[in-house]
Amino acid sequence: MNKLRVFSNGALIAAVAAVALLSGCAVEPWVKPYERERLADPMMKFSRNALADKHRDHVFEVREGARGATGVQGGGCGCN
Amino acid sequence: MRRVLNALFAWRHAVSAPLAGLLGGVIAPAVVHAADLPEDSADAMIHVYDGGGVRAIGPALLVRKKLLDKVSLSATYYIDSVSNASIDVVTTASPYKENRSEYGFSADYAVRDSTMTLALTSSKEPDYTADNMSIDVSQEVFGGMSTVSLGYTRGSDKVGKKGIGFFDTATHWKYRLGLTQILTPTWIASANFEALSDDGYLGSPYRVARVFGATVPERNPRTRTGRAMKFRVIGDLGSRNAVRAEYRYYWDTWAIKAHTVEFGYSRYFGDAWLADVSLRYNTQKRAVFYSDNATTETLYVSRNRQLGTYNTIGLGGKLSYSMGKVQGKFDVKLNGSYERVRFKYSDFTDVRTGKAYSFDADLMQLFVSATF
Repeated sequence: MNKLRVFSNGALIAAVAAVALLSGCAVEPWVKPYERERLADPMMKFSRNALADKHRDHVFEVREGARGATGVQGGGCGCN
Repeated sequence: MRRVLNALFAWRHAVSAPLAGLLGGVIAPAVVHAADLPEDSADAMIHVYDGGGVRAIGPALLVRKKLLDKVSLSATYYIDSVSNASIDVVTTASPYKENRSEYGFSADYAVRDSTMTLALTSSKEPDYTADNMSIDVSQEVFGGMSTVSLGYTRGSDKVGKKGIGFFDTATHWKYRLGLTQILTPTWIASANFEALSDDGYLGSPYRVARVFGATVPERNPRTRTGRAMKFRVIGDLGSRNAVRAEYRYYWDTWAIKAHTVEFGYSRYFGDAWLADVSLRYNTQKRAVFYSDNATTETLYVSRNRQLGTYNTIGLGGKLSYSMGKVQGKFDVKLNGSYERVRFKYSDFTDVRTGKAYSFDADLMQLFVSATF
């Protein structure tokens, strides 16, 4: 329990320190907005259609023991 | 120094909440970028799952509309019409049919570089109800190069059994952290981390376990905590095609460890067609109390094959046709996808044959999406 507390507090300290340090400099984006045209294409999206991804993730979540980190908030069900 | 640290620790809850907002505001360069709300859209889908004796078919609808350019509201309706003759059902009971319906509502609110989403879903079937509430916040930083997102979901379930009614509950908490990063003008990557916690009745009142060859009701722990990490990358290869790769590692307090890898390739054909192929591989090591036929008496025992040792491999294809502007206002796309998945279990036997169980499943989706 103490180790966990230290870890979570340490992570928070690091985040606050990073914010404080970075306030002194503005990071220049190395890909300018006018160079991001190709990234706006539908085939470059991680999730093209919310409904389709929701169904697919639901099918795998119900039939596999692993779950999470898919980007879909998900709902529950008693499917077994 | 210790006093300063103690004071900071005491304020950690106050500091952590607006941290995401701080990050963006402090680092913002001269370029002002507003976060984009999702487009207005209407989707109608038929989804099919058929495998291992289970068939789940149904419609799904989604409607999304912006209000005053600040808020985007959406509503979803999803039905699973299930006909279940799975191996568990046919070997211990008899096939049955039931319907599950799910309603969802969400609101997205964009302010400068941040988007906040509140989502509510409610799922109902005759012997199980699940209500979920989610809050997600995403913030664009480094001039729109990165997006940091935080999310929280709380789920509240009522567990029932046919003939008895609702007899227990289950509660779920999910905490999400994500980072999406533009790497180059043609490559984008993301890292997602999720911690999931469950409490309450986490098994099935219909499922049985086997101990010394005899069937007993399964006994699952009443808590479970899992973690998942997923890394994804998509790259534009230049000739109107793209490639993507994903990897997820999941581990939890039931000793389940799973690796999931997925590769995909997309390509445009002409002006209107977009095709995708994907390959997915998932491998899992069993839960500590899982056993096909337990040879010792343990506090917890389960024969739920989803908690066993197995792998799944899936190959899928998607096709999307853009109809262009319909009635001058709606951008309509017709989509179809098909995926064939093989489930192969190492430590779950088919009691009808005595061999290790495996089956093939078909996943199909047919949907129309219109953005306006």
